[in-house]
Amino acid sequence: MSSELKSWKEIPIAGVPFKPSTEYKTGDWRAFRPVIDDKKCTRCLQCWLYCPDMSIRIEWEPDGKKPKRVYYDYDHCKGCGICANVCPVKAITMIPEGGEE
Amino acid sequence: MSPAEQIDMLLNGDEAAAWAARHCNVDVVAAYPITPQTIIVERFSEFVANGEVDCEFISVESEHSALSACVGAAAAGARAFTATAANGLNLMHEILYIASSLRLPIVMAVANRAVSGPINIHCDHTDAIGSAFLASWLMFFCENAQEVYDTIIQAYKIAENPRVLLPVMVSFDGFLISHTAERIKIFKDEKVVQEFLGGPRKVAKINLMGKEVELSLNPKNPVPVTFGPLDLFDYYFEHKRQQFEAMENAYKVIEEVHEQYAEISGRRYGDGFVVPYRTEDAEIIAVVMGSTAGTMRYVVDEMREEGIKIGVLRVRTYRPFPYDRLAKYLSRAKVVGVFDRVQDAGLVGGPLFIETRASLYDLPERPIVVNYVYGLGGRDTTPEMIRSAFDELVDIAKGKIKPFRRKYLGVRE
Repeated sequence: MSSELKSWKEIPIAGVPFKPSTEYKTGDWRAFRPVIDDKKCTRCLQCWLYCPDMSIRIEWEPDGKKPKRVYYDYDHCKGCGICANVCPVKAITMIPEGGEE
Repeated sequence: MSPAEQIDMLLNGDEAAAWAARHCNVDVVAAYPITPQTIIVERFSEFVANGEVDCEFISVESEHSALSACVGAAAAGARAFTATAANGLNLMHEILYIASSLRLPIVMAVANRAVSGPINIHCDHTDAIGSAFLASWLMFFCENAQEVYDTIIQAYKIAENPRVLLPVMVSFDGFLISHTAERIKIFKDEKVVQEFLGGPRKVAKINLMGKEVELSLNPKNPVPVTFGPLDLFDYYFEHKRQQFEAMENAYKVIEEVHEQYAEISGRRYGDGFVVPYRTEDAEIIAVVMGSTAGTMRYVVDEMREEGIKIGVLRVRTYRPFPYDRLAKYLSRAKVVGVFDRVQDAGLVGGPLFIETRASLYDLPERPIVVNYVYGLGGRDTTPEMIRSAFDELVDIAKGKIKPFRRKYLGVRE
């Protein structure tokens, strides 16, 4: 185990979380990884709207008004596949983790 | 300091529990009726109906819900109370572990009753010990209604101590104590109890992300507190280690609270953990929990008249188990008979027997320790039965009969 982990004397009792949930990297739970095809993506942001883990990230155009690119926070995406399901243009593919991209 | 003013009341064990909860000014009671505990909840609901207590009384549909409601209430910062027995306690089993792991100082009265099946409503200790053996609850076994009243008051002070913060189960023999009226003393002014407890429950403080917060679901907390999240291989073990520590701390806190309570009440129960009777020079000592200790003292007196050096050690605190006290009181005995009121087929012996033997293992010279199972399903345990067992212990000490692992007292062979 990594040395960052605290001892029982250093953490609050009762199993109360002592750091925000974003610090828990849940990405390694993933069995399937969503991969987005930028050429097909229309930046409609349905995936961003539906993602239950706030793992869809948006790179904005310099004007800050239009999305330039949609990408993933793979540290927190659990691979649920909702984004691929809701994508109206089928730009998102679920690929088995550990397989070829 | 002289004890506070007290009045005599004619109460059975259940009523004594209800009065103790009333005097502790509990905020929430959630319970489901089950014999022989029902009177506790009946009496307490009368207090609520009469406006004599300031308490939220929650009628629930099961014991699982009763303890769950107490978990929610205690997590919100309330002083919560419940009561059950037998199969009701078994139905709570899952939540017992949750209450202790969330470090909630709930107090629960248990009128000990045999566990079905076959269905039986009378006393044995299988319910409490079977359900809570590993549940990280503090467990007291009382001998009479007075002790029930006193122990529930002590229980809140122990449970709410920041060094402990574990739930407490206060057990007493179903019907034998729960339904038998005794003259007991209760505090004339309930403020004495509330001062003893330091007023309403004070929720412990923890440090969370650099801020001091209440360990509760208080919406005023500067950082929100989450109870009951997922806790995997990275921290679950550390949280369990904290529970081990809390249980170790309980030894000291029980001792302190027992002494503080003696100051206001004038009553002591041995050293708070074990209650010895004529053990100083005893060659033979019986170890027991609950009301049978009284019958045993009667038999001990009878045999002492005959010059037999015999005594009885009643275990009051089953969790944390007072291993060092048992070693101290039993070290000079030749033969120890441990009496278990538990169905434990398949174990080396009854739970009290196992822990008594283990407590003596480190002694340079150990007494012979044998086990009796007695009183299952409320089987009356008479002075004659106890005498027959004690006579056997004497015969073992004299070398007339061989020690045995286990016998059954009062069953038709």
